[in-house]
Amino acid sequence: MSESKTGMTSDDFRSLVVAMAAAIEANADRLTELDSAIGDGDHGANMKRGFQAVLGELDQLATKPVPEALKAAGMKLVMTVGGASGPLVGTLLMTLGKELPADFDRQAFVMAYEKAVDAVAARGKSHAGQKTMLDVLYPILDAMREGADPDEVAARARAAADATVPMLATRGRASFLGERSIGHMDPGAASVALLAGVVARTLQTHQGA
Amino acid sequence: MNVGIVIVSHSPLVAEGVADMVRQMVGDEVGLAWCGGDPAGGLGTSVEAITAAIDKAWSDAGVAVLVDLGGAETNTEMAIEFIGEPRASLIAICNAPIVEGAIMAATEASGGAPLATVVATAEELSPL
Ligand SMILES: [Mg+2]
Repeated sequence: MSESKTGMTSDDFRSLVVAMAAAIEANADRLTELDSAIGDGDHGANMKRGFQAVLGELDQLATKPVPEALKAAGMKLVMTVGGASGPLVGTLLMTLGKELPADFDRQAFVMAYEKAVDAVAARGKSHAGQKTMLDVLYPILDAMREGADPDEVAARARAAADATVPMLATRGRASFLGERSIGHMDPGAASVALLAGVVARTLQTHQGA
Repeated sequence: MNVGIVIVSHSPLVAEGVADMVRQMVGDEVGLAWCGGDPAGGLGTSVEAITAAIDKAWSDAGVAVLVDLGGAETNTEMAIEFIGEPRASLIAICNAPIVEGAIMAATEASGGAPLATVVATAEELSPL
């Protein structure tokens, strides 16, 4: 078991993946409904398939140092999700894994996360304000930079997902709907906020943070 | 050796249909492969299937890829990145309508045009 400065052990990583997969599975129908309203209605099923695939390799992932495990998990999502969210969420995890040193503290994590979010923006040829998962990923970065605790980061992520409801989609399938995309939450934003909540809860259980 | 053509659609029916239309136009003069459907067989695209299609249509003159919608493009970019250099710079995604673009690109390729010309010909169909 590899221990790092954050106290992120391979056991923590294991719990995190199990909790993420469970949360995605429990919310798959809601995510698909959100995607049905302004997209092609496959987001929940796609994310569920991806996280189940990661779960299936958990024993092998947990033997790796956390950055390597993140890279491998990201790669698995890319190969199994099947929608644009696969490369996007996959790029987030792969870049995090690439940028994180084996032994990382909070500051190193925030720096790696910033590069990871920029990589997602580049992959999606998008930026904040287009009603996408970036509209939650960037507020998470801001909250972490301001020193917010995990619970606060998760709350900011949820508020940011809510804030995508009145936005006009200008990227992705939802942009085809123009003004009709207004009034619905972006499914990618909802997924990221959900996962941020899982991370916060898992960190709290394992570290009493 | 002529530039190869790859068709990537969310729907295997669309991808196969476009490939049939290309074949009718250029016969066996151009390497051609298609893929469609997500890893579970639903509508969507698969990085693994795209990579296999690029391998199948491979030509040292390069491969032009025609995609339909967002996820097909993003997953194709991902596949190209995983394939890596030196092959990656010989693979180009055409910003063109999938049916017309594929036929224009393949026709150009069958005459022995280089990759840049094949892509430009397909992209003439795209509004600027
Ligand atoms: Mg979708």
